[in-house]
Amino acid sequence: MKAIQVLAPGLLTTVQDLGRQGFGPMGVSPCGAADPVALRLGNRLVLNDENAASAEMTLVGGTFLFPDGAVVALAGSDFGAALDGAGVDLWTSAEVRPGQVLSLGPTRSGARCYLCVRGGIDVPLFLGSASTHLVIGLGGFEGRPLRKGDVLRIGSSAGTFSRRSVAPQISTALSPRKILRFTLGPQAEWFPESSLRAFRDATYRVYEQSNRMGLRLEGPLLAQTPGREMITEGVSLGAIQVPAGGAPIILFVDQQTTGGYPKIGNVISADLHRVGQLRPRDEIRFEQVTWETARDLLIEQEKSLSSEDIFLE
Amino acid sequence: MPTSITYGARFERASDQSLLIYFGEKISIEAHEFLRKLLSLLAAQPIAGVRNLHPAYCSLLVDFDAQIMSHREIESILRGYFDRLDDFPLPEPRQLEIPTCYGGEFGVDLEEVAALHSMAPAQVIELHASVTYVVYFLGFVPGFAYLGELPQALATPRLATPRHSVPAGSVAIADSQTGVYPFATPGGWRLIGRTPVAMFRLDREHMSFLSVGDRVRFTPISPAQFAAWKDR
Repeated sequence: MKAIQVLAPGLLTTVQDLGRQGFGPMGVSPCGAADPVALRLGNRLVLNDENAASAEMTLVGGTFLFPDGAVVALAGSDFGAALDGAGVDLWTSAEVRPGQVLSLGPTRSGARCYLCVRGGIDVPLFLGSASTHLVIGLGGFEGRPLRKGDVLRIGSSAGTFSRRSVAPQISTALSPRKILRFTLGPQAEWFPESSLRAFRDATYRVYEQSNRMGLRLEGPLLAQTPGREMITEGVSLGAIQVPAGGAPIILFVDQQTTGGYPKIGNVISADLHRVGQLRPRDEIRFEQVTWETARDLLIEQEKSLSSEDIFLE
Repeated sequence: MPTSITYGARFERASDQSLLIYFGEKISIEAHEFLRKLLSLLAAQPIAGVRNLHPAYCSLLVDFDAQIMSHREIESILRGYFDRLDDFPLPEPRQLEIPTCYGGEFGVDLEEVAALHSMAPAQVIELHASVTYVVYFLGFVPGFAYLGELPQALATPRLATPRHSVPAGSVAIADSQTGVYPFATPGGWRLIGRTPVAMFRLDREHMSFLSVGDRVRFTPISPAQFAAWKDR
């Protein structure tokens, strides 16, 4: 049985796959990778299923020993990875020999980097998914972020190693982008035109207290037209909700299934993976698109990702 | 009865891959019964491309795969489900009890709640345990049921500052709602007691002790009964 020994966990490293869908009626949020596009591509680099469990690192990466070797790939942001001191390319599969140490440091680009390993990280599934649900401490590796000394089992796999990388035009297209496109939210009309204009025109800063549940934004406060009372309702991934204070929050992968604040907009599905790469203090802007554009962009993105031409052998 | 709500249902696009259905604009048992029927029908006859459902008081959020269908298409399929609701028999709601040890270390806000309403703590307990509640929906965290409606005399605003951590099993009230915290999480509701029953457990057929539509009563137990409870 191959394994990964955690010598240093990094700032916040959790086991994630693509999450658990379909348990909203029980109040269970999907969780899953904050940048699912990076996770999917990283898994395909090591010839895994796209949904295989990997280690999601946040802002500062960890140090990992592979006693029996492994085939790995790093996807997402550049955390300055090195294998026994020699630089390791992002978006490229690599063979780790028994006893080698993979070390990562602080990010040089976005917020998250995924360590994908051929065979996937083998943890018990909770409601069909390996994703860590941090709020309630279930799923993933013992329901918690990784710690020094943890030993992660690697799932079984067959086949020989061949180097594989993501074509540069694809990885370049995935590099952090500071404009998030959005569609109007279900309570957009609760906001006066002046608030909507401010939201479209302003630059917002990602607040320090942001996490996988939500990204708090610093910038113009968004006033609401008085006299409306919200009844708690379901919230969608990427919803931009505005509490009474007026500072918007982007609800993210660990969000609650329902919420009681009005939503001015929603980040489009094709840009959700970019939200997962936003760091505290990053500056972003919002650009409104139509429903048709949002859908076309998603279909186009998925078509491009589903192609095998995006990989170089 | 559902028919009037069917024709009053309002659809709103929440995101490029989700659609909200509102069954009226206020919390009502009629809207809830309609939601319950729709949820049962969707569970029995799932729609291909629907990924998740988020029920709430008088609305349902439907997450779908926009690569497969548009908002217009999912809305038209859902309207077809509305037409079949009257033919879909709904099982009688489950009747469940939540044994609760009120006050003291188990319900640290009981005294204050009593004082706010100028009653004795015993009256708060009696009132809270006097009615049958409806599980309107689950949200916040896995297994957290929004139960209504609290006797009007007990309606209490939330804490001004939520607690950093509330013990698992805490029985709490906020506005006209009551609920049980399944896990130790932050929380702004007022804690009046605690149950030894696990609200969410992986090794149980129904992981969540409560489901949408259940009818629930709280039954007072002593600290000794709490300590001796088997299901902990």
